Amino acid sequence: MEKPFAITLDVGSSLANKTGTWRTYRPQYVDRLPPCNNACPAGENIQEWLFHAESGDYEQAWRALTANNPLPAVMGRVCYHPCETACNRGQLDESVGINSVERFLGDQAIKLGWKFTPPASSSGKQVLVVGAGPSGLSAAYHLARLGHRVTIQEAGPFAGGMMRFGIPKYRLPRDVLDAEVQRILDLGVVLQLNTKVENIEQTMKDSGFDAAFLAVGAHIAKRAYIPAADSARMLDAMQVLRGMEDEEKPMLGRRVVVYGGGNTALDVARTAKRLGATDAIIVYRRTREKMPAHDFEVEEALQEGIMIKWLSTIKNMSDEGTLTVEKMALDATGFPQPTGEFETLESDSLVLALGQDVDLSLLNGVPGLEIKDGVVQVGTNMMTGRAGIFAGGDMVPSERTVTVAIGHGKKAARNIDAWLRGETYAPAPKHALAEFDKLNTWYYDDAPKMVRPTLDLARRQSTFEEVVGGLDESTALFEARRCLSCGNCFECDNCYGVCPDNAVIKLGPGNRFEFNYDYCKGCGICRTECPCGAIVMVPETI
Amino acid sequence: MTATTIKFYQTGTHTVGNRLLDPEHRSVQADMRRTNSLNSGHRACQGCGEALGARYAIDAAMQATDNQLIAANATGCLEVFSTPYPETSWQIPWIHSLFGNTAAVATGIAAAMRVKGRSDVRVVAQGGDGGTTDIGFGCLSGMFERNDDVLYICYDNEAYMNTGVQRSSATPGAARTATTPAVGDAPGNVFGQGKNLPLIAMAHEIPYVATAIVSELRDLEAKVKRAMEIRGARYIHVFVPCPLGWGTNSWDTIHIARLAKETGVFPVFEAERDRIVSVSKIRKQLPVEAYLRPQRRFAHLFSPTPNTEAIAHIQALADRNIRRFGLVDPAAETAVAAPVATGNP
Repeated sequence: MEKPFAITLDVGSSLANKTGTWRTYRPQYVDRLPPCNNACPAGENIQEWLFHAESGDYEQAWRALTANNPLPAVMGRVCYHPCETACNRGQLDESVGINSVERFLGDQAIKLGWKFTPPASSSGKQVLVVGAGPSGLSAAYHLARLGHRVTIQEAGPFAGGMMRFGIPKYRLPRDVLDAEVQRILDLGVVLQLNTKVENIEQTMKDSGFDAAFLAVGAHIAKRAYIPAADSARMLDAMQVLRGMEDEEKPMLGRRVVVYGGGNTALDVARTAKRLGATDAIIVYRRTREKMPAHDFEVEEALQEGIMIKWLSTIKNMSDEGTLTVEKMALDATGFPQPTGEFETLESDSLVLALGQDVDLSLLNGVPGLEIKDGVVQVGTNMMTGRAGIFAGGDMVPSERTVTVAIGHGKKAARNIDAWLRGETYAPAPKHALAEFDKLNTWYYDDAPKMVRPTLDLARRQSTFEEVVGGLDESTALFEARRCLSCGNCFECDNCYGVCPDNAVIKLGPGNRFEFNYDYCKGCGICRTECPCGAIVMVPETI
Repeated sequence: MTATTIKFYQTGTHTVGNRLLDPEHRSVQADMRRTNSLNSGHRACQGCGEALGARYAIDAAMQATDNQLIAANATGCLEVFSTPYPETSWQIPWIHSLFGNTAAVATGIAAAMRVKGRSDVRVVAQGGDGGTTDIGFGCLSGMFERNDDVLYICYDNEAYMNTGVQRSSATPGAARTATTPAVGDAPGNVFGQGKNLPLIAMAHEIPYVATAIVSELRDLEAKVKRAMEIRGARYIHVFVPCPLGWGTNSWDTIHIARLAKETGVFPVFEAERDRIVSVSKIRKQLPVEAYLRPQRRFAHLFSPTPNTEAIAHIQALADRNIRRFGLVDPAAETAVAAPVATGNP
């Protein structure tokens, strides 16, 4: 071959030199489990739906969200958001306002009339859901999307369960609840109201149901023995909160005393205030630190002028409504002990908010069931001791929140679906957790959390208008974009940019990246500079 | 309250690119069509800062000149690892000069282009700190003084690395090299007078002088682009960590560069003629120890007994940089103003 002056060898590219052979460690892309997803009782893929919300594709975000939870507008109001407690961003500045964004997406869906995609085919199976509370609705939704015919039988006059009869309007407006329930029914779910299931075996047999999911909730108020005169006005929290859904509101009077320390006690006291009580007083036997109610609810109640008597128990109630209250003291183990010191408290009515029990009468005569501590025992697949009968929500051992109930509904639906096909549901294995130390936080700028607006105090004390407002589009978008995308590639191009050997191949929008192992020397810069910890280095086998 | 330009991570404030950013606001390195001027298969060590800096700079220059670019390259690591005859990693017209005459060779190319009437073709000269601050210093000063139409880029890894880590005039005080071992009363390199080439370039009052660092890609690209908008002699000094010569982990190259900036050891600024026009501020100020500790070339400062005197000396130099260039913004601590949530109720 003719070569130019002074050239004796063929020119060539360094691509002939496969520097990948130098490597002792190889980089690999991984997905890790973000702490928010890990903490969500409803098993939402929060990082995924935030990813769509970040680009302003709210409908896609809502669809990703509702793949796991059909009630985002409800969730965005009543969930206690353990996701935000777990959020890695909390260690950087403040946690991402996941709950606010969820509410924004839920409200957006209602406003724009987004509907669920109906199932492609029908299984021909019939499933009975007992109870139209969060757990029952969630199960019905998932079963319907899996192609089963679902009938919900609800004892009460409305759907919603504790979301309607336990959570006051100022926290969850009823039009929001109605809209999200209707969307589930639009999937073809049949809802039969005022239909109490008296005997589950019989009902299933009569109507030919292939499986049943029980989620009757816990609606029977626990009582404490308080000696009271005949005309003393003593009610329970369920009577008051359920009564709020009737035309005739409960008559509580000017001075209302609520006995108990849970969220329900606060709900009742705040409701009493809005009904016109001048004084709403909570009597609780332990201290604020020991109170089971959530701190933000205590805070909101105190702002509204609710008074709380700590370390006190009610001994009796006279005709005129005078309560005898005994002071308590915490012992070494943190339990309240009587001190023998008494005082009196005037009241027009006393409301007991001491927790609820489950009405298990529909299970009479069902063989194989195990009932312990007043609740039904279920396996990890949510099935009771009776094959084909599953249960969830407040009637099984659990933390009694709406979100947990929704999670039960989903889990039960998947197991029912597998059971109906004669299979066992095997959940996908979880990725390793994306801990804070996996992140390179240099790449994240400080960005303050968007705070939701709050209704002014005067209106909070006199009306049932919603207390906490929502974010608008710009603030919701900002909040979504505060997500660190822990453990999941968000296509920041860092690995592609920082490789000294051009050994990262960019596959284009939505397709992430690939390593070119022909040239990757295994230096590991990509791993160090990946903001979200989505690259690991693994030893090469020699 | 006005809504300020919020800088959060997705818009790529610090990352190379971002899916949410308009394509025209993304970095050259985020572009799937980047030139990859210095291609795969080169023989630089794992985690080489110079290979990274060179691709960043030349890809940016290629984009700025619509690919009408010729590079002259001094002898040194960059030339040795990229072009073992007859192979090359360069995907641009590229010529290897002697160790000391790159600036002069580039001047010649620029003159040839002028004669040929090819004003569209631009010329870059590049070399390491040895070829720039020591051996090529005379030619470079001449190029500055004549205001030849060349952008000279120095990739500073603070010693002669390809020949086995010998000291150069850019080697910092106390650093261990093959020729300044960590022995005796004053181990490592002596604290000399220093030889700050960017300031020397400014003293020539050439149109444009800048310093850059591999941990700040966007800043580096913006400076190359700016340089390409100007005719005459221009100089960019890029700080590039060397895992081999500095004794650092191959995966920490960018991290180490970042520490050099955050401690004030390496000031990042931009100048026109003899005047500094912009400074890249320190985001989270750190003591120099944070920068020195991960480097084995400074290990003798910490064991067996801490050499507090030498560390204090290096800290004093960094503090001087911070004062002299105004690297710390007193207002930097103020929080970012966020848009206020409105909406219902």
